[in-house]
Amino acid sequence: MIETVLNRAQTFRYLRWPWLWIALPVLLAALIAGASIGETRIPLDIIFQVLANKLFNADYPVGRIDSGIVWNYRVSRAIVAGCCGAALALAGLVLQALLRNALADPYLLGISAGASTGAVAVAVAGLGAGAVSLSAGAFAGAALAFVLVAALARAAGGGPGLQAAGVIVLAGIAGSQLFNALTAFVIAKSANAEQARGIMFWMLGNLSGVRWDDVWLAVPATVAGVAACLWHIRALDAFTFGADSAAALGIAVRRVQVLLIGMAALTTAVMVSMVGSIGFVGLVIPHAMRFIVGVRHPRLVPASALAGAVFLIGSDILSRVIIPGQVLPIGVITALVGAPAFALILLRGRVGR
Amino acid sequence: MSLQAENLGWSTGGQAIVAGVTLAERPGETLGLIGPNGSGKSTLLKLLAGIRKPTTGSISLEGRPFSALSQRQIGQRIALVEQQSDTGDRITVRDAVELGRTPWLSALHPFSAEDEAVVTGALADVDMQDFATRHWHTLSGGERQRVHIARALAQQPQVLLLDEPTNHLDVHHQLSILSLVASLPITSIIALHDLNQALECDRLALIERGRLLCVGSPEEVLTPTRLRNTFAVHGSYLSDPSDGSRILKLERVI
Repeated sequence: MIETVLNRAQTFRYLRWPWLWIALPVLLAALIAGASIGETRIPLDIIFQVLANKLFNADYPVGRIDSGIVWNYRVSRAIVAGCCGAALALAGLVLQALLRNALADPYLLGISAGASTGAVAVAVAGLGAGAVSLSAGAFAGAALAFVLVAALARAAGGGPGLQAAGVIVLAGIAGSQLFNALTAFVIAKSANAEQARGIMFWMLGNLSGVRWDDVWLAVPATVAGVAACLWHIRALDAFTFGADSAAALGIAVRRVQVLLIGMAALTTAVMVSMVGSIGFVGLVIPHAMRFIVGVRHPRLVPASALAGAVFLIGSDILSRVIIPGQVLPIGVITALVGAPAFALILLRGRVGR
Repeated sequence: MSLQAENLGWSTGGQAIVAGVTLAERPGETLGLIGPNGSGKSTLLKLLAGIRKPTTGSISLEGRPFSALSQRQIGQRIALVEQQSDTGDRITVRDAVELGRTPWLSALHPFSAEDEAVVTGALADVDMQDFATRHWHTLSGGERQRVHIARALAQQPQVLLLDEPTNHLDVHHQLSILSLVASLPITSIIALHDLNQALECDRLALIERGRLLCVGSPEEVLTPTRLRNTFAVHGSYLSDPSDGSRILKLERVI
């Protein structure tokens, strides 16, 4: 009995970073901040009363408008923002690790370009005659683009290892160019100025339309993505010296690549279809976390998921309050805040080397 | 533990890189793989390590064909030290060696004290224990090579495959790596360029243009005729007056 307890303690020590104890409170704090901060000032005690009413069936007397703003608008939005951030950061991390390419990010595979084309086809060209929502169109476009890119990469061949990694990056670039051109073509042909502006806004990322329906899609997708990454922590590490080295360490390279890259593509497509393409998170969060917690995936995976979630919840809060009476596209905030922050981390990391 | 290759072949782009290699490793021996540049030594080692699938023929380990083993099972039994493998990641020496435990770990079997001890032992075997916290990019080529070997040892393999492991090493470390490999109780196959080092192996396999020319004791394989035909050098054996050991003196054939 005592031995088992000791074994547990040992196991725990080798995790080296009891991340769950840090992640949960931080995530909770971010979500509460997301629920409390907004253009309409609502006192903190009202916020907690609303949360208590909704979560624990408490019976505080709260105004219906306040309750609606906090629960239907802010809480759902903060949860989706957190899911997006975590999923995009992990998608970037997985692609960087498996393709051995520091510049890999979820949009590299043509996913966001395809999503834009899908969204434009529905919103501007009227595809589906109103029966198809913008999100569904975007998801279809994203999925189509990824399938095309993957098929091209497969047809172009290359064995395992670096060569194949290079091929999929090139295929992704070709796919992105094609779908961006299609988007521009549809806009130029059919859109009026108002629509063009709306599409432009969507492409930079926008959480305004998010409601609880989206939460039930975002949360399972993110949980699945996080679980897949945690399950393959050792495999991700094994790619440190390339795919051949991973194979020699007993990793079924092809299976891991298909599973994790497929998962990254799927979660990205889900996120993009809900909130548009939010750049920067997938590329920069994993790199920032490498400077802070190191390059080993047992720490990097949870740290990136947490940082991505908190970063996007924070960016969403900023996008709502920075210009009174107007919501900025969240992509603008992630780049404006993220780029200088990342530059700072780069400079500090240099000193440590 | 015996590794057997039967009519092994691998081709790419219509070109046969390895063809018709039949080879049976004897348990515990050190088998040297020699041959000129581009003769297919590295590819043969990759096939034997199970990271390339052969186009023809088959490989078996203790009578079980590779096709019946999972990649993980192969990784628990065979380790490969590649000729060139590098990373841009900021990992430490110890991190790099810990990767060798990968085939023994899973999400449900995390890193344990036992794994920790294996890693420490592997670092000591290659004389790198004082470098454990150094970062990979601060190491010299020879130090990196020793870390790669430590990672392979951390896999606790029964068969160790090494692709020109002495390439970047100074002469002291060349000799200590070779004597380490020779002293290990496991089977090893080692691709070598230095024919005098090859003389120290139990057996040698000579490869030319992807084909296995002959296998046997160093004297049987490294005859003056073969040296001339395969390597285009003239070789003569001298003996060291102090202990009588053989030295191969090589001259270019003009």
